[in-house]
This record gives sequence, structure tokens and C-alpha cells, in this order.
Amino acid sequence: MIQLDGQRSLANLQLGRLRRQWPVLALAVALLAGLAAPLATRAAAPGFFLEVLLAGLMSGVLYALVALGFVLIYKSSGVFNFAQGAMVLFAALTTARLAERMPLALAFLVALGLMIVFAWLVERLVLRPLVNQDPVVLLMATLGISFFLDGFGQIVWGNDIYKIDLGLPKEPMIVAQQTFDGGVLVSREDLAAAGIAGALVLALALFFRHTAIGRALRAVADDHQAAQSIGIPLNRIWVIVWSVAGFVALVAGLVWGSKLGVQFSLSEIALKALPVVILGGLTSVPGAILGGLIIGVGEKMAEIFLSPVLSSVFGMAGGGIEDWFAYVLALLFLLVRPEGLFGERHIDRV
Amino acid sequence: MSLPAPRRVGDVLLCVDGISLSFGGIQALSGVCFDVHEREIRAVIGPNGAGKSSMLNVINGVYTPQQGSITYRGEAFEQMNPQRAARMGIARTFQSLALFKGMSVLDNLMAGRNLRMRAGILAQALRIGPAEREELEHRAVVERIIDFLEIQPWRRQPVGRLPYGLQKRVDLGRALALEPKLLLLDEPMAGMNSEEKQDMSRFILDVNDEFGTTIVLIEHDMGVVMDLSDRIVVLDYGRKIGDGSPEQIRTSQRVINAYLGVAH
Repeated sequence: MIQLDGQRSLANLQLGRLRRQWPVLALAVALLAGLAAPLATRAAAPGFFLEVLLAGLMSGVLYALVALGFVLIYKSSGVFNFAQGAMVLFAALTTARLAERMPLALAFLVALGLMIVFAWLVERLVLRPLVNQDPVVLLMATLGISFFLDGFGQIVWGNDIYKIDLGLPKEPMIVAQQTFDGGVLVSREDLAAAGIAGALVLALALFFRHTAIGRALRAVADDHQAAQSIGIPLNRIWVIVWSVAGFVALVAGLVWGSKLGVQFSLSEIALKALPVVILGGLTSVPGAILGGLIIGVGEKMAEIFLSPVLSSVFGMAGGGIEDWFAYVLALLFLLVRPEGLFGERHIDRV
Repeated sequence: MSLPAPRRVGDVLLCVDGISLSFGGIQALSGVCFDVHEREIRAVIGPNGAGKSSMLNVINGVYTPQQGSITYRGEAFEQMNPQRAARMGIARTFQSLALFKGMSVLDNLMAGRNLRMRAGILAQALRIGPAEREELEHRAVVERIIDFLEIQPWRRQPVGRLPYGLQKRVDLGRALALEPKLLLLDEPMAGMNSEEKQDMSRFILDVNDEFGTTIVLIEHDMGVVMDLSDRIVVLDYGRKIGDGSPEQIRTSQRVINAYLGVAH
């Protein structure tokens, strides 16, 4: 009897898991089908399809980079850092303006130094006095930091559009001409940007895995109290994490800035990292990377392949999907799987 | 088991004096005093909500008491903080497990060595000379602890996936990795079956015996407490109602009343 009960509950459990996960599965299938459909219908131009896919992947890597900043800070201090976008802008602005007066490498180092000072100040002036406060209080505090940093950056550095020249190759190249008719057009600049971002993500992953500080960071992320009990200094860890997030913001800001020019809207583009972390899960580094790629690819695909459908079937104007696709996807995820793809489920004790 | 203690017990290592702690209107501890001698196993017992865990949290600095002082190795403190406590050789385990669940057993214990690591970030990342040597030295210490606690087969597994009894052992291992002078154990046997309890008792006695570690232990299982400890403090509603050898505690009318209730 007990055996039978056990089996039934096991079956129930699995059914329950299936029931919980089907929306995600359905979403994944729909997404894959959506991605494959253009390939099937436009069999004539797989090269074009690949171009869109690549472009999506490359902007996805950049989203992932900004999202990584969110995840690092959230994991280690439980703070949802609204200022990440402002940090991207401020770091890029600083480098761009300094680079007018000194070599780029030097400007980069000075900006990095400033971001570290900034991390230290945030810990001293904001995190430490607010320790053990409600998450909402900290969220509001980061919102304040965000406004401050936006304003401060523009007072000090000005509010025009500034150029950064990273020396990335501008000319696109055409590859795989034998395989596909007309070949595949690849932007070398995007490729280099994706390479930089990918290398940074890899370096961070290695840093977390293989150094004692990385181990301490992971320990703090897993359990604050236990980390303190073995003598890991939370305050110093926070400074390190905010510095790393500042570094990530700097790199993302430079890469983006060199593509679009350094301007105020940079901090809004960085806001796209929000849907990315909702998708990937706030606590997961792989989630941030995968979420970034999904959103990057998804919005490009939707823009190119879904827009014509919308305009022909519903008579809509169709364009601009790129602008809202990420947020709608995030909304769907919030409805069916609020913890994201890899996030931790929060089961609160009552 | 209940050897006459004084033979190995040394001077006073820790003394808490007149500790009072309240959260808002709730008085968790009021005027608690007791001392712990070197190499002693000292149990803190009491009914649920007596303030045992609060007492431990005061000793390692998680809570700051409103009154009273803590004297540790002859130095008096009005308040501790967890990090300083760790640096001065006070380690602890947790009642509800607080392990680094995503990390392997090995990494959990290695994290316990964090305080003793000296190499810079860059040296660690690149694994150059001294950093590599340092890592290996710490590994050796950690491997000894792993052998000691008999958890070799699970070294590489994430602790989140281990059964509860083993997680409790990892928790103890991480505390041992600090090579503490004073070890605070918060219900190390909660939720264990009798076999696991026996194992854990053996580990605690061995730690005390082989490393000369002083132990302050919170435990509900009276059999275990009576067997393991040299002296016992009894708390009830945040006040100390008994202090003495297991024999004295067993026969104390006040303690019996607190546990069994009094007829009115």
C-alpha cells in the first residue's frame, strides 16, 4: 500500500513538473519553429538567414555582457542594481572624453580606476549604511545612484554625442561564397566586438572558478551568514563585485559606444539587459549569457521575418519589433516561469 | 565516556558576562554569564526559544548584545563581529544548514581557508609560483579534514545534492578548515538518526581530543549531551537556570521543572 502510494506520488510529482514546465517547452518549440520557418520558406536564401542569425548573436553577446553586471551584483549582494545602465554610460563617456587628451589605452585605465573608486564609494556611502534593509530600499537607492551618475557624467563630460575609435575593422566581409549563393555578409566590427565580449565572459568564468577570491565571491553569493562565519569580509567582496561590474560596464560601453557613438541613449540600451536577466534568471551567469543570445537573435529574427507577416496579415505597419520584442518575451516568462531559465525558485517559508 | 574532565581542561578561554539581548520587545537573553575553559566541551541546553542560538550568535558576533561583555583569550569585547571572530579562531556550524550549496565539498572546505590565503588575485588566476604553492598547502590541510570526516567519496560533488547527514559533516568540516581554537556547534545532530548521531558524536570527541579544540555545543538530545559534555549551561526564557556537570544538571530541580513544567 505504502509502495503504491509512493509510486503514485512519484508519478504525480513528474506530472506536476511537466505541468509546470510545459509553457516553457511550448515557448521553446515555438521559438525554434519561428527560427526554422524562414529557413524552410526562404530556402532560396539561407545565406540571408545566417546573416540575420549572426547579427542577432553578436548583439546578444553585448546584452549578455551588461546582464552579467546585473547578475554579479544581485548574486553577491542581493541588490537589484538599477544603475548598471548609468554605469555603462558613465564609463564610456569618461573614456571617450579622456581619449581626446591622451592615448586610448591610458584613458581606458583611468576610466577603470574611476569605476573602482565608484565601487568603493557605493559600498561606503550606500550599501554599508543600508545593510539589512528591505530589498526595495536598496533598489530605490540604486535608482538614486543611477540618476546621480547620469547627471554627474553629463555635468563633468558634457552631453553631446562623442566618438570612440577602438580601431575595430569597419569593412564587412563576405564569407562562404561557395556554400551559399551570394555568400554571407559579416560585419567585422561586430565580429570583433563579439570576440571581446566573449573573451571577457570566459575570463570572468575562469576567475570565478579558479581563484580564491572567486571562491569567496561564490561563497558570499550562496550564503552571506556562513561566508561571514568563515571570515570572508562582506564589505570587501562588495567592493570587488561592484568593481567587476564597473569593468564589465566599461567594456560594454566602449564596444557599444564605438558602434553607435557615446550618448545618453546608451543607458537606455543597457536597460535591455533587464529582459535578459528575467529570461535567464537573476542568479545565473550562464542564464545571463544564454538569455542575452536568445534575446539578441530573437529580436533580429522577429524584426526581419515577423514584421512582413504582421503587415501583410493584420495590415499593421509592422516595423519596430526590435524595440519591444525583448520586453514581451520577458513578460511571457514572468507569467509562466518567473524565476527565469536557470534562476533559483524562491520558496518562502510562511 | 564521562571521564573526569579537569585532567585535560586548561584556563578560561571564553567568558560571557551579563549578556542581555533583546529584539524590539522580545527579551532573548537577560544577564547570562558563563565561562568556557580550554579544551572543554561545554553544552548549552534549554527548551525551544530559550535563547541558545542567540547566545551562539552573540559569541561569534552576529548579534550585538545591549549589555554585557565577552572576554576571549583574556581580551574583553563589548561586541564581536563575525569576521573578527573568525580571525581570532572562533568557527561555527549552523542549525539550519548554511553551506555553499552550488560548490563542491572540496570548495566549501577550501573557502574555509580563505582567511589564510595571502597571494594576490593575479598570481592566483595565473597560478604562478607562490600562489600555486599556497593553494597546494591549503589543499593538503583540507584533504586531511576530508579524510578525518570520512567524506572522501563525495569530495567533488556539489553539497546541495548530498544527503542531510553528510551535509552536516561538511558544515563541520568547513568550520574545522579554519583550524579554530573555539568551535561553536549549533545542534550538530538535529534531524539525524541514531547511527548518524553516533558518528557525529565520535567526530566531535575526536576533534576535541586530537586537535585540542574547545567546543561549545547546543543540542537537544539529552543522551548525547550527557555523554559528550564536561559541563552544561541551562537556559530558559533567556535566563541561566543551571550550570554544572552533567550529574548536577540531571538532578537539578530547577532544570527538571523547566523541562517538564511545574504543577501550579
